[in-house]
Amino acid sequence: MSEHPLSFKRLQKEESATFDRSTLDYIHRAAATGLYEIRGLGAKRKLPHFDDLLFLAGSLSRYPLEGYRERCVTKTVLGTRYAKKPIELDIPITIAGMSFGALSANVKEALGRAATAMGTSTTTGDGGMTPEERNSSKTLVYQCLPSRYGFKPDDVRRADAIEIVIGQGAKPGGGGMLLGQKVNPRVAAMRTLPQGVDQRSACRHPDWTGPDDLAIKIQELREITDWNTPIYVKVGATRVFNDVKLAVHSGADVVVVDGMQGGTAATQTCFIEHVGIPTLAAVRQAVDALEDLDMKGKVQLIVSGGIRSGADVAKALALGADAVAIGQGTLMALGCNREVYFRDGQPISAEADYAALGTQAGACHHCHTGKCPVGITTQDAVLEQRLQPEWGAKHLKNYLKTLTMELTTLARACGKQDVHHLEPEDLVALTVEAAAMARVPLAGTRWIPGLDGR
Amino acid sequence: MEGLSFDLAQQPLREVNQFLHRPAEALAGRQVRIENPDGAHNIAVGLNAPVQVTVAGHAGYYAGGMNQLAEITITGSASTGVAENMMSGKVHVKGFASNGAGASAHGGLLVIEGDAGLRCGISLKGGDIVVGGSVGSFSGFMAQAGRMVICGNAGHALGDSLYEAVIYVKGSIASLGADAQIEPMTAADLDAVATLLAAAGLDHDPASFKRIASARSLYHWNADADQEY
Amino acid sequence: MCGIVGLLLKKPALHGQLGELMVPMLIGMTERGPDSAGLAVFGAPLAEGQRKISVYSGLTAAGADYPWAALLAALNEALPVQATMQLKGNHAVLTVNGPAAPVQAWLKAHDPKLHLLSAGRGIELYKDIGTPAEVAARYGFGQLRGSHLVGHTRMATESAVTPDRAHPFTAGEDFCLVHNGSLSNPNGIRRMLEPRGIRFETDNDTEAACRFLEWRLREGDTLHAALQKGFEALDGFFTFLMGTPTELALIRDPFACKPAVVAETDDYVAIASEFRSLAHLPDIQHATVFEPAPEEMYVWKA
Repeated sequence: MSEHPLSFKRLQKEESATFDRSTLDYIHRAAATGLYEIRGLGAKRKLPHFDDLLFLAGSLSRYPLEGYRERCVTKTVLGTRYAKKPIELDIPITIAGMSFGALSANVKEALGRAATAMGTSTTTGDGGMTPEERNSSKTLVYQCLPSRYGFKPDDVRRADAIEIVIGQGAKPGGGGMLLGQKVNPRVAAMRTLPQGVDQRSACRHPDWTGPDDLAIKIQELREITDWNTPIYVKVGATRVFNDVKLAVHSGADVVVVDGMQGGTAATQTCFIEHVGIPTLAAVRQAVDALEDLDMKGKVQLIVSGGIRSGADVAKALALGADAVAIGQGTLMALGCNREVYFRDGQPISAEADYAALGTQAGACHHCHTGKCPVGITTQDAVLEQRLQPEWGAKHLKNYLKTLTMELTTLARACGKQDVHHLEPEDLVALTVEAAAMARVPLAGTRWIPGLDGR
Repeated sequence: MEGLSFDLAQQPLREVNQFLHRPAEALAGRQVRIENPDGAHNIAVGLNAPVQVTVAGHAGYYAGGMNQLAEITITGSASTGVAENMMSGKVHVKGFASNGAGASAHGGLLVIEGDAGLRCGISLKGGDIVVGGSVGSFSGFMAQAGRMVICGNAGHALGDSLYEAVIYVKGSIASLGADAQIEPMTAADLDAVATLLAAAGLDHDPASFKRIASARSLYHWNADADQEY
Repeated sequence: MCGIVGLLLKKPALHGQLGELMVPMLIGMTERGPDSAGLAVFGAPLAEGQRKISVYSGLTAAGADYPWAALLAALNEALPVQATMQLKGNHAVLTVNGPAAPVQAWLKAHDPKLHLLSAGRGIELYKDIGTPAEVAARYGFGQLRGSHLVGHTRMATESAVTPDRAHPFTAGEDFCLVHNGSLSNPNGIRRMLEPRGIRFETDNDTEAACRFLEWRLREGDTLHAALQKGFEALDGFFTFLMGTPTELALIRDPFACKPAVVAETDDYVAIASEFRSLAHLPDIQHATVFEPAPEEMYVWKA
């Protein structure tokens, strides 16, 4: 007697690892639409990250500082190489470039207010500089992007620093995207576009290609600003060692390296998940490049891409960054992916709006739709009221304050009177991958995989 | 009108540009001549005053870049990115211009008497460009607003991914880019071409030009339209 | 990513001024390429049976103090080639009777650290790290004579700053190439050529282009046909300037992002990445100045 095949229930219902449910969804969706998926935020896959590193704090061989009171400097100076007016910040945590268009004007204002209150800088994005963010930001970094949407010499002269964007961690080698639903009359006017059209911007700058040309472009911006203004160069993390070296050769004052966990308002998922290297690996390569050129400390390094906590900041600094930039984390401080938004201090559920997008709080990446349930990544006149600048600024300030306290707590525990004195030797790795990428020993060993051929 | 001359063989470019960045009141109506440019980059960039500048010879990259209000004449040729991101005023190149001439210009008039290289008027955002000769491939790429008048021929992929800019071409067009189409010349077009030619000091019959504008089929994604998106 | 320069003097009476006219061209490209510089110069070709071999000792322990005299003696002892030698610090140009290949093989066996820069009847090649002005002074570029030359200043992109990775690159005999840009498929080209017995000395993308084109020429293609195959096989951004004993040739990729400008008078053809390398040339005010078109082949006869 043979048993009936249906009695082997699990075998009958075994899911394919290659063609799992997500993959099936992906294929069915592609077949239905004929278009790649476009979405917001950053990589969702699990990557080696700062969580895989741990600090070796003081004990008997090293002495910790008193955690609450003893001096621990967070002051950060950026752009000391050529600019007559370098940027001086109170903390090494800056706000990353995010465009008006991707974000509402209220959000841009909230970012500016919080950054100013914390003595740090905020950054424009594609689409130009709004009066809200200029007026609310003491220190504003003005991005020069391939699209040059809304790029104006008056704003160049108004900026405290200029950041030439070559790539973004979420999509190195790719251009910008802003789908038509977010191109409202104000966004359209700032970008010189018809209202409501899909905006696909270029992946290369219109007037230069390569480091030899970039050197001339940087010189142009220096001439226009009479050599006062620091010039940053931002690259998405791929061939980081080469790219950082070339940014330095081209004359950058500051290099910004955005790892693959960096966010985006709208990019092809294939880019977000399959291009670039993790931030952890990128920091080390960037520092190697600066040290190779004897430029460590002369050209400052800002690292971004998935920085969330004070521990992340401390680890980035220990690996050699001079500062970090945070994008997605700041939006989450404003309520991104939260179940509720606030009106007059009262929480109001946004769950129905998440559901209408086919998602839920905690899993939303629908920045590209312009229908942000909590009023952050939207240009909709009703939705954008869900995030008021005062409320947002207060929460973001609290977030930045928390990160700063965590950073100094960790630095003091390692015996540092200045957060910039954290060093790679203060770290060990939990995984072989992280040990190899960050080039710190696996915890409890002296082994750094790949070093000296081991 | 007070004349003033700088010699780039003797004086650093930085000093010349800093002079040209003086307050508009100090510069208005002045005539400045820059001798021996010899291909130097970034001559007369970031001007913001109604001053007249003559560059006596060949200019390097980004001559007249981000110009506002000034009238800049280059008697020789101009390298990459002449008048890039111009806001207003005029940049006039007597010779030829290299790649990316007038890239991203938001306003003002760029005149190139000779040929222009590839990507002339790329990302144009409202400026006017008149080219006496021919333009290279990918000219008018993603041009968003503004006008281009090309008295010679156009290279491949003219006006690829055009938004609302309009291109007028007298000569042949090697190929049109995606979403660019030839449209009939209206009376308004004839007027526009005549006005721009007159401003450039060029003599052609406006009726001999073709109008190229966006078919607007790339404005929204459509799976059935075989778009490269 | 770099600066390129080329100069061809049309009148033999001017050949003595080649180096003197070229040095400011090379120095004009310093900002585009501050890491290293080099040039290949083509003079009157040797007799049919003779070859010149340019050799670099900078990678050996002795460097500029290389025992060249001993090398020459040993060579003449080992091979019946009646070699003579001209020295410029760590560069030597050997002139030999007979084909180059046995001499090259002997040199490599004698000291694997010697870097063989070029071979042929007309070509001499010098390259090293340093600013263009330093390299020009080190090797007396100002005194060079000849009909035409190809020069380069380098800003390294992916491969390291070392003398052997400086340009020009050579392959075979009497052929050299300089490059401004960045190829996106150099490794595929290498993998295609290596099984055909073509040996690479560096990881530089330019070397892939150089060996590909020389391979096509050696397989019997005309320069025109070889360049056409180059357009098909080589992906990425490039302006290439090439030298043979009888011509200078220039091509730019279809995107033509990397710059080039040409000035021509009755006396010379001068090519550079930017006009500022041409500004000092005699009678430049009356030269025909133009920008070479993408995907066109420009060949000037010496």
